[in-house]
Amino acid sequence: MSAGLEVRGLNKAFGGLTVARDINLDLNPGDRKALIGPNGAGKSTFTNLITGILEPSSGSIRLDGRDIGRLSEAQRVKAGIAKTFQITNLFKSLTVRDNLRLPLLERRGLTGRPIRRADRDGGVEDEVESLLAQFRLSDLGDRTVQRLAYGQQRLVEMAMTLALKPRILILDEPAAGVPSSESPLIAEAIAGLPQDLAVLIIEHDMGLVFQVAQRIIVLVAGAILTEGRPEEIAADPRVRDLYLGAHHG
Amino acid sequence: MRRALPFAVMLVVAVAAYYAFPYNLAFLTRIVFTMILVLSLDLLLGVTGIDTLGQAALYGSGAYAAGLFAIHVWNDPLAGLAVGALAGATVAFVSGLFLLRAHGLTLLMLTIAVAEVLKELANKLDWITGGTDGLGGIQMGPVLGLWDFDFIGQTGYIYAVSVLFVVAAVLSVVTGSPFGLSLRGIKDSPARMRAIGTPVGRRKLAAYVLAGAVAGIAGALAAQSTALVSLSVYDFQLSAEAVLMLVLGGTGRLWGALIGTAVFMTVHEVAASVNPFNWLFVIGFLVLGVVYAAPRGLIGLPEELRQILRRLK
Repeated sequence: MSAGLEVRGLNKAFGGLTVARDINLDLNPGDRKALIGPNGAGKSTFTNLITGILEPSSGSIRLDGRDIGRLSEAQRVKAGIAKTFQITNLFKSLTVRDNLRLPLLERRGLTGRPIRRADRDGGVEDEVESLLAQFRLSDLGDRTVQRLAYGQQRLVEMAMTLALKPRILILDEPAAGVPSSESPLIAEAIAGLPQDLAVLIIEHDMGLVFQVAQRIIVLVAGAILTEGRPEEIAADPRVRDLYLGAHHG
Repeated sequence: MRRALPFAVMLVVAVAAYYAFPYNLAFLTRIVFTMILVLSLDLLLGVTGIDTLGQAALYGSGAYAAGLFAIHVWNDPLAGLAVGALAGATVAFVSGLFLLRAHGLTLLMLTIAVAEVLKELANKLDWITGGTDGLGGIQMGPVLGLWDFDFIGQTGYIYAVSVLFVVAAVLSVVTGSPFGLSLRGIKDSPARMRAIGTPVGRRKLAAYVLAGAVAGIAGALAAQSTALVSLSVYDFQLSAEAVLMLVLGGTGRLWGALIGTAVFMTVHEVAASVNPFNWLFVIGFLVLGVVYAAPRGLIGLPEELRQILRRLK
């Protein structure tokens, strides 16, 4: 039985349109892999298949050897797979602390509890403060999320996902929309992720990809074109064609 | 201390109203049980983000259940409240199972449809419900076996206010709890709630059932206080007015529901007595004014004023 995520022969079609074609992927503890590809390559579809938002047409998804292909999105989160959203998706009218409390309470199975105040669980509060400190958000804890800068919102997004203590973390374009002045914050936050966490990052910002990824998978038209170390991918003429056009110098 | 303050204000206002309007206790009692109905709506619309125009379905079921229970089984008021709550919760559970799969306009239409179906059902079952004549002959026993309902309505008022306190206290605890926080999360982003592992559908159903129980209590109180249940308990107008009261007072904060109900019903009463034909104008302008000047409702007015003053400085 292998540890981590094991995807084999994953296919997804909407009618006659195939959006994922025979995808194989292994994601083991400590891995830092990046999934790149042009717009419409099927990157988001692939993450939606992994997280259970979409159901595959065929193929298998195993976590620690256990088939999770039939589990709901919520059940897969409980099993240890979590993702951040491509477009920030936070509880905007709530404070940063409440945004972190919710996943922490959920992880402990407490969000169904109708008594005692939500901010009175000592263990949860300690973790809230620790996450705030880790992502340098301590001064902003009582601010509603809608009043944060976008880069800070992306950090809250990552902190919330990390609060679930996932074993597999999918970062869906963590730097999308973040001004360049704030993007070092994102790189720093990714570098600070727990070492044993398996991370799959989907990103268009190649600077960030080459900075954080140990291996890169290139997806084109729903199928894997190639996979390799960053320097191998950078040297691959097919990838260069893909990003720079067929007749680059 | 901060959490106890609204209850202290409520107590002072309730006592002051009791002494200031000793011959209007029936009207004050009507305000109180309507407040409970609007509180139940706030749990759905304001806290959880479930749009509904069919709160009367839950309220009316509580009213009929409590009325029938008092006539045929036992006329104890508290037992009647429990039966009303159970009826409201049951209707919410059964209807919620399919209603809550819908969103937006579809959901609004379905909530209206449920209330209309129940209204027609109550009409057809006239041998049980009294149909268009209404369910009469409700004679309640003494509250806790001690206090009889009197002609002036003193017992009815104190009883209704006590129930309002208990309901408000319970909802205050629930909305401040992890469960309440998860409902606020669902209102902001159901997709994110699912992504953190929350069973959103089940959680919304739980909120709907709780709101059903509260609306059922409001209906039961109405039946017990007025000793009559008519088909109007399922009226669309009741559901729509409850939404107006909530918007007027401010959504999502419970106390806004109480303020909105008190203001709406008082203005309604006064305007209708001054001009029985054009009172709707007054209500219309009041809602327009509040929505324009204080989008967060009357409860948000102090904050709006503070912001205006800050800008002027």
